[in-house]
Amino acid sequence: MNQIPTDYELVIRPTRGWLTLNLAEVWHYRDLLLLLVHRDFVAKYKQTILGPAWFVLQPLLMTVVFSVIFGEIAKIPTDGLPPILFYLAGLLGWNYFAQTFQNTSGTFLSNVGLFGKVYFPRLVVPLSVVISNFFAFALQLATLLVIWIYFKLFTDAGGLFGFSTGIVWLPLVLLQIAALSLGVGLWLSALTAKYRDFSFLSGFIIQIWMYATPVIYPLSQIPEKWRWIAVLNPMTMPIEAIKIMFLGQGTVVGAYVLFSISITVLSLLSGVLVFNKIEKTFVDSI
Amino acid sequence: MSRPVIEVESLSKRYRLGQFNARTLREEVDQFIARLRNKQAGKVGELSGASSEFWALKDVSFSVQPGEVIGIIGRNGAGKSTLLKILSRITEPTTGQARVRGRIASLLEVGTGFHPELSGRENIYLNGTVLGMRFAEVKAKFDEIVAFAEVERFLDTPVKRYSSGMYVRLAFAVAAHLEPEILVLDEVLAVGDAEFQKKCLGKMGDVAQGGRTVLFVSHNMQAVASLCDRAILIESGRIVASGPSAVVIDDYLRDADEAARERVWNDPADAPGNERIRIRRVSLTSEGTDSRRNLTTDIPISIDIEYWILEHCARMAVNVVISKADGSEVLEDWSVAEETWRERDFAPGLYRTICTIPPNLLNRGSFKVSVIFIDTLLVKEIYKSDRFYHFTIVGVEERDVYWHGNFLGPIHTPLRWKTTLVDGKPPPFLQPQIIANQ
Repeated sequence: MNQIPTDYELVIRPTRGWLTLNLAEVWHYRDLLLLLVHRDFVAKYKQTILGPAWFVLQPLLMTVVFSVIFGEIAKIPTDGLPPILFYLAGLLGWNYFAQTFQNTSGTFLSNVGLFGKVYFPRLVVPLSVVISNFFAFALQLATLLVIWIYFKLFTDAGGLFGFSTGIVWLPLVLLQIAALSLGVGLWLSALTAKYRDFSFLSGFIIQIWMYATPVIYPLSQIPEKWRWIAVLNPMTMPIEAIKIMFLGQGTVVGAYVLFSISITVLSLLSGVLVFNKIEKTFVDSI
Repeated sequence: MSRPVIEVESLSKRYRLGQFNARTLREEVDQFIARLRNKQAGKVGELSGASSEFWALKDVSFSVQPGEVIGIIGRNGAGKSTLLKILSRITEPTTGQARVRGRIASLLEVGTGFHPELSGRENIYLNGTVLGMRFAEVKAKFDEIVAFAEVERFLDTPVKRYSSGMYVRLAFAVAAHLEPEILVLDEVLAVGDAEFQKKCLGKMGDVAQGGRTVLFVSHNMQAVASLCDRAILIESGRIVASGPSAVVIDDYLRDADEAARERVWNDPADAPGNERIRIRRVSLTSEGTDSRRNLTTDIPISIDIEYWILEHCARMAVNVVISKADGSEVLEDWSVAEETWRERDFAPGLYRTICTIPPNLLNRGSFKVSVIFIDTLLVKEIYKSDRFYHFTIVGVEERDVYWHGNFLGPIHTPLRWKTTLVDGKPPPFLQPQIIANQ
């Protein structure tokens, strides 16, 4: 009557070392992952009037603000592109990064109640964030395309920009941004679990990081001599790449891309390990 | 016997109070500097001293056979929850290990992972997958869960609009329909009304009968006694008793009760009372027996009160009210019932009043007693004690016929029953033709 599978044995003991990641277990919880995506989506826009329209409005409003402040007042050049399109293209990749980073960095703190009462591989939560933010990305992409078409057909600036064949790489660039934001977000979530100070820092970090990334200015504006500093930032290449894909203007260099990808891989792997280490005893330090 | 499903070997869990729980970076830096300084001074800092360590569990070992239902009992803070948390993999042990064979699911709280904005239907799926089920498994059980929770009509309403009763029913229903080989439950039955608790206990009984292993932490001794074959008593992080649940519960109740069943105030200045009367001692014992003995339904129980009368009182009566632990009164009586009461005149002095509850009157359960002194001439309260004296009555039988473990009501007194044979013949059958005629 009582079937105990002899092949399954769980040993609970203090973990030593770092390489204890169990990806098979994460896979077992894939249904939970999808339901968490669903939950995020539903919960975020319940009791708002505009609902998912916020996904479109928020970057649009930001673009307008940028156009006024950086375009009109500060007169920062935009590689000769219509400012609205320039900022919107820059924000497309950046917003995905920033959103995912901020949501994953709060993983432990915002799930104390859940993590303290039931076990499942904690990595499921940040992974669900990565996926649910894809929806925001998709809607923002659609917005960009609509405005792109408008500028192409109804304005004089129509001849200044155009798609580049590099657009076939978009999924890979998006994957890189996802990996980087997850990696950095996991690091920060682990640090925040230990030191609450970092929860104040995460908002600050993301603001500074945006100005260090060519979102509101083109990389070409930075003198050749100092460009290597800007390229130390692993987000620089993906953002420039997206601008080339949609607008045909930007600076992408093979060596820089390789560097940026290596940093991404490194931060993702180390982030997962640190996260995995912290999750084991995190409830004790609440 | 077959291989145990759970084998716990010298499991220990240490919490560091000073160091590890440092919440801010600044504190950590301060401590780091403090440590450096102390090293230079050749001293060991207080922060890293042994005083900041706390062993929530120490060297706990036991094993559980397949199909066993084990109760884990002990006072608050004894380490029960820590043990469950380690077995549920919410936290890791500091030393030792546990082997678990089979899928384990734990329910440390009802409704974990429920999101108020989502509908009942969505929450069933979310909660089920949080607890480790696959989507398809939840789907297969969906109708059963809904039926158990009795929320059919509100499936598409966000759970934030549910009454708390509905919420708890739904949450328990999901968990109860998990089908793990090992189920770990922490005090989940403390919520919900009596009706619902009974239903949950019934469901748990089914689970146990299905041959699955259950680990059950509860303060409800009757539930433990009737559900569990074996109980483990934990005290200050160690196992102090383990064995048949009736025996272990007996041990536990005796210890827990002993302290509460007698209260003594030797100094009248501290004693409860006022300028006319002060209580010296209240104890609840079974008449003429060892005060350590458990109170059972079949023995007389004495409420033994000693008090100082400080001011002459012409007519005085002691009144006791026995209530259930939840506050509902069961019975009240006063010493006017004593035969010699009318001739009494209470001059100042130390008095002792013993009130005896006859055997086979109160049902098993937790009761509390309050004491009131009344001036019967003026019909006024002299003093009403604002504290209660608690006692628990346990059953005499190891296990009741009702597996739930109790007869209903606060009183259980044997009624007179008589069954006789009235007529030895079998009942007359209705004749077919008579039916036809009608």
